[in-house]
Amino acid sequence: MTIMQSFTELVHQRQQRESAKRNRPVESEVTKLDVRNLNFFYGEKQALFDVSMTVAERAVTAFIGPSGCGKSTFLRALNRMNDIIEGAHHNGTVLLEGQEIYAPDVDVVSLRKRVGMVFQKSTPFPKSIFDNVAYGPKIAGQRNHKGLSEIVEQSLKRAALWDEVKDRLQDSALALSGGQQQRLCIARALATNPDVLLMDEPASALDPASTSRVEDLIFELKQNYTIVIVTHNMQQAARISDWTAFFYQGYLIEKDHTQKLFTTPKKKQTEDYITGRFG
Amino acid sequence: MSVPTKLQEPHLARRHRIDKAFEWVCCGSTWFGVVVLGMLLLSVGWKALTWPPSKAKLPSSPVATVEATSSSAPLSTRFFSSYDSRKPREAGILAAIWGSLWLIVLVALFSVPIGVGSAVYLEEYANDGRLKRIIQVNLSNLAGVPSIVYALLGMTAFVKMFGFFTKDEGKSLVINLLFTTVDVPLPFDRTLISGALTLTLLVLPTVIVASQEALRAVPSSIRTASYALGATQWQTIRYQVIPAAMPGIMTGVILALSRAMGEAAPLMLIGALTYVAYTPGDITSVSDIFKNPHGLLDAPFDKFTALPLQIYQWINHPRAEYGHLAAAGIMVLLTILLLMNTVAIVIRHKFQKCTRW
Amino acid sequence: MSLANAVSPLTPPKTGLRLQKQFSWARAREAGVRAVLLGCASLSLLTTLAIVYMFLTEAVYSVTPGTTAFFQEVSLWNFLADTEWSPQFADKHFGILPLLCGTFVIAGIGSLIGLPIGLAAAIYLSEYAKPKFRRMMKPVLEVLAGIPSVVYGYFALVFVTPYALRPIFQSLLGIDVDIFNAMSAGVVLGVMIIPTVCSLSEDALRAVPRGLREAGYALGSTKYDVSLKVVVPAAFSGIVASFLLAISRAIGETMAVCIAAGQMPRLSLNPFRSMETMTAYMVGASLGDTPAGTIEYKSLYAVGFTLFLITLGMNILANWVMNRFREVYE
Repeated sequence: MTIMQSFTELVHQRQQRESAKRNRPVESEVTKLDVRNLNFFYGEKQALFDVSMTVAERAVTAFIGPSGCGKSTFLRALNRMNDIIEGAHHNGTVLLEGQEIYAPDVDVVSLRKRVGMVFQKSTPFPKSIFDNVAYGPKIAGQRNHKGLSEIVEQSLKRAALWDEVKDRLQDSALALSGGQQQRLCIARALATNPDVLLMDEPASALDPASTSRVEDLIFELKQNYTIVIVTHNMQQAARISDWTAFFYQGYLIEKDHTQKLFTTPKKKQTEDYITGRFG
Repeated sequence: MSVPTKLQEPHLARRHRIDKAFEWVCCGSTWFGVVVLGMLLLSVGWKALTWPPSKAKLPSSPVATVEATSSSAPLSTRFFSSYDSRKPREAGILAAIWGSLWLIVLVALFSVPIGVGSAVYLEEYANDGRLKRIIQVNLSNLAGVPSIVYALLGMTAFVKMFGFFTKDEGKSLVINLLFTTVDVPLPFDRTLISGALTLTLLVLPTVIVASQEALRAVPSSIRTASYALGATQWQTIRYQVIPAAMPGIMTGVILALSRAMGEAAPLMLIGALTYVAYTPGDITSVSDIFKNPHGLLDAPFDKFTALPLQIYQWINHPRAEYGHLAAAGIMVLLTILLLMNTVAIVIRHKFQKCTRW
Repeated sequence: MSLANAVSPLTPPKTGLRLQKQFSWARAREAGVRAVLLGCASLSLLTTLAIVYMFLTEAVYSVTPGTTAFFQEVSLWNFLADTEWSPQFADKHFGILPLLCGTFVIAGIGSLIGLPIGLAAAIYLSEYAKPKFRRMMKPVLEVLAGIPSVVYGYFALVFVTPYALRPIFQSLLGIDVDIFNAMSAGVVLGVMIIPTVCSLSEDALRAVPRGLREAGYALGSTKYDVSLKVVVPAAFSGIVASFLLAISRAIGETMAVCIAAGQMPRLSLNPFRSMETMTAYMVGASLGDTPAGTIEYKSLYAVGFTLFLITLGMNILANWVMNRFREVYE
């Protein structure tokens, strides 16, 4: 049970850090996203089976599970990124603040402005740093250069990248290091001013130092944002999340407070996974 | 003892000789194109830079003929600044150069938006259904249609407009553009616009296919990232996909335009093969545009000639001196085409190196 | 302190969540753009329809009252079986055979020269040449492909006939060579199709998996054996397709053959005489400025239609060969 103990320790450290900093309860009571009986299909193949879950506002919810378990599909269902994939369809309900996001009268574009997303592989556009961050507000109709500069600066500051790039905003974003590129992508997502930030393994392609910076950043951001993060790294989930959900073969096995899930999992499969017996 | 006899295959030497001979044949074939290209350039260049010695002078001293040839080579400044003429020594390609220039600009104006638009629709909007398959097959067939068939189409559809306007022959449509008016003849008759539209139809399949390839090379992560920021599909295409595909599109467009520039057959059937002693819109220099801006609007509806047409006309001329003029015209045409090709190759190389995803 | 706390201008008061679609110019523009792009894409279909409509109404059956199409005046049998083509004379004959003969003799000579040389060059570039040589050669072939047809015609007229054909055939072998002749046209046509054959065949050859070559060498083959007995058969469909496309291009080629072969319709196989191809007839007829409505004018469409059907058939065949046999090595 040494693995369990190490998780307990991680969660405990995090709570200490948190209470020292903000003196705020670990978990929020307000429900931001409410998913009910979601089944998801890629053509004939079913990827999610009857998943129901709530996501709390201003908290970090982590999805863990072996690859192919449906956690990324579920994440992408939350801002309808799966719409782009041909043959993808679903049934069930996804409510954002009580509104069905799959309702026929919902505008996907305005949904995605509220529910931003950061991908596993950093995807900077082949443009300058400034243009990358300004892209979201620009397409939303912000034309005023002064306003744009302000948004770019604030977003980069929030993403803890400002100090590193403030002197070279016009340089190509492709010249940044991997970790910087990923934080740039986070800044870019923040610039559209979303409520919810979905992150699909945001640190899996980064070196340890960059990973820890991104984790610190996520920790900061949950003050203002609802964050949902997919990770295959359980230590990471334990370090940064308030809630953790375990997916296996398209089913949601268990979702609980991170501390409880890692210390006293209710289900056998969860325990097997976090103690490393499979996956 | 030292070499096992089994390896001494009796045919081995012969097989190696065949192998060597085959390599030489293939290598020679590869060089064949280069050699022909060299001979072509040399023979045309030599013709372009010399006049034939006139018959009266032929028996006299060779020194005199050399002087005569060098002093009046067709590639002189007068060649660029005068119109075609009945006297070969006064003929030039002014009208042809401006005609070709206008054609290229108009063809680019028509074919780039339509071609890129089609490619964007096929690659970004159309799902892999029946319509897309039909359009794609149709495109590959259109690309194989001979240029002379496009010529026939241009003559029927633009010059005569399927005969819809035969009753009011000579009439024109006056379009009011607030500050000025333009007379558009209907049908278009043998004007620049007919030629440009015909060449546009001719190059469109090439432009579309090249643009499609360029769009396909843009990684899909760029599109996904843009959608995730709340961009609409058109915003994603307009601000991310097309800029990323631009170098590839440009290369394809320039190569297609250089093909259009050398085409003579479509223009022949359009009926552009006439003696033309003026330039479209009477514009013969950049300063003319400022003096007479309305010429820019009139030019597309003027009769015209173009470089390959002028060359053909000179080749067909019975008098031998015109053969040299044709060669000089070919040198000018090839120089322009080579420049365009070089630009296309430079763009391709530059962006191949710079872009990494 | 937290950076996030210091941010104020970014977070305007959120006035509830409105996800519903509502009319906006952005949405209208989105639909408009899609429609315009669809219009662009269907323009190519429209072009095809216009070509078909043009040929049907001008050559097969006229829809305009009071006018007739070509085949309403000349029977299809006459068109295909008559051995004389003389639309501009008083005694008019409309037998396509002499034009077909000219077209196929010239395209045949071009193919005999261009196809083997193009294929051999493709084999050299894909099997023998060093990458550096290939990188140098590719642009040269592109330039060769980019030279206008008029220029090749001029080259045939002022160089190939007087300096290559006449010395060999007329002076040495005693065969009369006309100044306009099918041979010179065929020679330059062969040069013109080399780039097409070479680049398409090379693509096919390079698509052959390397394992196949290695297996060949492991059996003690020379490079010649591997190239000709392993790689070429494996890439056969692609090579055949490239040949078909090149021949189709040769058949449709206009200006070079028009300048080099002259305008004399002749049903003969002697390549040293002047001949007229279908394309050359169309150019020639347009030069005389034949008035619309006359039978000569309509004959343009009949010839054009024949040419269109032949080239279309070859292109479809080429695509079919390419798709039909492609999956073998994938």
